[in-house]
Amino acid sequence: MIAIIDYGVGNLFSLQSSLKYIGEEAVVTADVDIIRKADRIILPGVGAFKDAAAKLRDSGMADIVMEQAKAGKPLMGICLGMQLLLEKSFEYGEYDGLGLIKGQVVPIADAAPAEYKIPHIGWNALKLAKDQDGQPDPLFKYINEGDYVYFVHSYYAADCAESTIATTEYGAELTAAVSSGNVYGCQFHPEKSGDVGMKILRAFCEMTADGKEAVE
Amino acid sequence: MITKRIIPCLDVKDGRVVKGINFKGLADVSSPVELAEYYTKAGADELVFYDITASNEGRKIFTDILRETASKVFIPLTVGGGIGSVADFDRVLKCGADKVSVNSGAIRNPGIIGEAAKLYGDQCVVLSVDIAKIDGVYRVFAKGGRENTGMEAIDWIKRGVADGAGEIVVNSIDTDGVKKGFDIPMLKAVCEAVSVPVIASGGAGCIQDFLDLFEAIPDIDAGLAASIFHFGEVAISDLKKAMADAGIPARL
Repeated sequence: MIAIIDYGVGNLFSLQSSLKYIGEEAVVTADVDIIRKADRIILPGVGAFKDAAAKLRDSGMADIVMEQAKAGKPLMGICLGMQLLLEKSFEYGEYDGLGLIKGQVVPIADAAPAEYKIPHIGWNALKLAKDQDGQPDPLFKYINEGDYVYFVHSYYAADCAESTIATTEYGAELTAAVSSGNVYGCQFHPEKSGDVGMKILRAFCEMTADGKEAVE
Repeated sequence: MITKRIIPCLDVKDGRVVKGINFKGLADVSSPVELAEYYTKAGADELVFYDITASNEGRKIFTDILRETASKVFIPLTVGGGIGSVADFDRVLKCGADKVSVNSGAIRNPGIIGEAAKLYGDQCVVLSVDIAKIDGVYRVFAKGGRENTGMEAIDWIKRGVADGAGEIVVNSIDTDGVKKGFDIPMLKAVCEAVSVPVIASGGAGCIQDFLDLFEAIPDIDAGLAASIFHFGEVAISDLKKAMADAGIPARL
């Protein structure tokens, strides 16, 4: 079972539906016991970093997410949920994130030339980072280099080269996905990225507690 | 590289998809859920569901259809029609919409753009504008294109963006249903005025019309159409391939 963390931000209908569609049981919950029992956790998020970070802490969900991530449970942050995994965000100020991934969240406008529209909205291609054996991260085992996913964001994760597993080109090379052990983050919306997105979610659902793929 | 989006629009009334010619004379086409699934497989980048129901009963059918679609189709879904309050945003977002398009509702109550943007984020608020050129000036029309508000369209759009609209759908009344191509001069004027994504609507009759649009206005983000897709005059897969062949970034 997958626990989708409910801390009062965003529309979780599509995320829950997409997981059901690939045959996974998904519960939108703020119940600590359910989250502890879950096999995997997804941290969603839309809107502004400051408000979401405050809601995550005030609801007590930050503590349980940290506890479970440190215990080795597979965790995926999506969109703002990914940004919350980083150390810091500079969206309208300077705010602390969960610090599970090294790096900080900065405006796309700092990196992309002025003619690139902000927000970055639409389908963009993934450039997959390869390990020393030339393999992409297991999260992408069912997709191909250059596959398109759907982005909607004005800020992006920077200074996170060591955990970057995919980027996308938008006048600059923007971080598209990160991973560090059992902790994953996607800047794009897999639940809105058609077949490619479903394949990424499926790969995540095959991750086990040590952050590696399940052995069939 | 980010791709140019192709967006089929489904006008929904009493649970069925309809499309008028110049907004009048509606003709029933097909089931919204089936059509949505069909378009998604064919390569549509996004879908717009437009609720043209007037009754409360029809509204209930619409949200049921929306929920069913959103549980089967996993590409971005924009909902418009009958959006007049933040409660309307809430109603459709809970049923699986990703973005909400507001048109006449914003003309009646311009404050709705800022209110909704604050609650749901700019990326969620789409300002849809019906525009016709009257005596050389682009004017905003209300009530499905029937009523000239007298407002200057470019000013109205700029104001909407300043208030928090994250995307603009520009529908040319002059070219809608005529199938002789998009309203390039008008779309150019809008693209030059704002820095948020702009979606062109009204006038597409064939694949070449989309190629002309993207070649004439490199800044335009998406092309939207309805009947040419519903009646099979343009297959989305053919259109995407033609775009790629012409060097226009497209998701195949």
